[in-house]
Amino acid sequence: MTDQTLASPDTATALSTPPAKAGQSRHLTGWLLATPLVLILAAFLVLPILMIGVVSFWGTTEFSIYPAFQLDNYAFLFGSDVTYRVFFNTVKYAVITWIFTLLIGFTVAYFLAFHVRSLNWQIALFLLCTIPFWTSNIIRMISWIPFLGRNGLANSTLMSWGVIDAPLEWLLFSDFSVILAFVHLYTLFMVVPIFNTMMRIDRSLLEAAADAGATGWQTLWHVIVPLTKPGIMIGSIFVITLVMGDFITVRFMSGSQSANVGRLISNDIALLQYPSASATAVILLITVLMVIGILLRFVDILKEL
Amino acid sequence: MEPRPRSFYLLSAFFALFLVFLYGPTITIAILSFQGPQGGLTFPMRGVSLHWFRDLFEQQAVGDIWGSFRRSLVLGLMVMVTTVVVSVMGGLAFRKRFAGSTVIFYLIVTSLVIPSILVSLGVGLIFSQSGLGIHWATSGFGAQLTWTLPFGLLIMFAVFNRFDRSYEEAARDLGASPWQTIRHVVLPIIAPSLIGVALFGFTLSYDEFARTLLTAGSYNTLPLEIFGMTTNVTSPVIFALGTLTTVFSFVVIGVCLFSVWLTGRRRARRASDAGKGVA
Repeated sequence: MTDQTLASPDTATALSTPPAKAGQSRHLTGWLLATPLVLILAAFLVLPILMIGVVSFWGTTEFSIYPAFQLDNYAFLFGSDVTYRVFFNTVKYAVITWIFTLLIGFTVAYFLAFHVRSLNWQIALFLLCTIPFWTSNIIRMISWIPFLGRNGLANSTLMSWGVIDAPLEWLLFSDFSVILAFVHLYTLFMVVPIFNTMMRIDRSLLEAAADAGATGWQTLWHVIVPLTKPGIMIGSIFVITLVMGDFITVRFMSGSQSANVGRLISNDIALLQYPSASATAVILLITVLMVIGILLRFVDILKEL
Repeated sequence: MEPRPRSFYLLSAFFALFLVFLYGPTITIAILSFQGPQGGLTFPMRGVSLHWFRDLFEQQAVGDIWGSFRRSLVLGLMVMVTTVVVSVMGGLAFRKRFAGSTVIFYLIVTSLVIPSILVSLGVGLIFSQSGLGIHWATSGFGAQLTWTLPFGLLIMFAVFNRFDRSYEEAARDLGASPWQTIRHVVLPIIAPSLIGVALFGFTLSYDEFARTLLTAGSYNTLPLEIFGMTTNVTSPVIFALGTLTTVFSFVVIGVCLFSVWLTGRRRARRASDAGKGVA
């Protein structure tokens, strides 16, 4: 078959300067194995992005869309206050959610990695944190209603304690509930990569810090946090992109009272305004990719796996 | 063992609170789904009954819950199998750098971070404009793969990063062909992680909402059906449905984790005769 390793007996030679023939077959094998992946990504990722780019220049009538090359959609988008307000709102949600998920996620991961001593317990508790990821987001959102509603658990508890006299109206269908749901849904995207990086920190470094007279806080801040940075970056990429691209959490948890870019797009889609939805989508994609580009400068993902 | 520092107890309390935060709401709706027939969406419980579960199994006034469950199940299995096969092949491909591998890697990352609604919109547009027609098993299937494949691939990359190549060299020294090496050495060693990839493939598809929204066509998958219910159903029947699907997810997760644990244990017991499969 295509394998040439019998000709070059050990991997060391293959790594240094592979013979031309082996090099060629390496590319061929790589491509053959990657073909299904490439085909799927081409058909369902690259083509759709291109399609959105193309349609963003199309025109609309009341009932249909037609191919064209016009800048109307972008002109309208950039000419409207709503766009800037909604983009600001999107960034606001992303930043606030990022802060909370980072603080909570880091603390949880730190506890699991450095305070739980047996590996079995670590695995069990870690799994407990990740299981909700494999269940439905929609249902996890719905689950907040009995808690936060006007007659929900939070209000009735606070009232029975005498903290408040009338039910708080801002618990459900507000920015508060939107961010609460984001934190609830996405904190585990912080826990997993941060825990993964922490588990690889050489424990002797902590002993060295302690021997050198560092307090617990100093060790945390000067040793653990810097070494955990790659995990923090990967978690941040997840949380920020998920929040920026979201539309359903904002719609559901704000009771359609707040908007982010995703909702702007989905509203246009509901009105069959695909070109205008596409133009907004293009701007959103560029924004997200720019943020990712910046974050990726701080971390080499392949090395962290 | 040295005594626990005070921070341990503080952090334990924090962790416990986090778990309550994580699971509390789900447990609440599980309790509320046993509301009596007169009960509402919040506490207090007006009696305890299976009324709302029974409601699910009767002729529905709105929607088609069981039809959408069947579709989600079939779609989940399709996505699962495809994710496992393509991820393993992709993982094998990426063990050596090849021309263009960096580009493909960045495509995978893009697939992971791109807002779901863009995939939904783009795939929907392509299928509707080209006249292929939108259907959950074609456009929906493809759109979901853009979400499950990156997870599957990242797991495979992680697995192969830790893979000890001397096993393969040993197999080759014994005269195994490349295919035999993969079939009898590599695949058995990575089997537990394949269960993990399958778990991701199935559950992420089964629960996927945004990427299916514009690509499912006229027949809804379960998450779409549930979301539709939130706008017009105001009885605990939605909690009953939520509880049932969550239980179903837990069963799937449980089965997967248990089989990972089982293969790990079996392997530990037969550690000495690893490689017998080649003969």
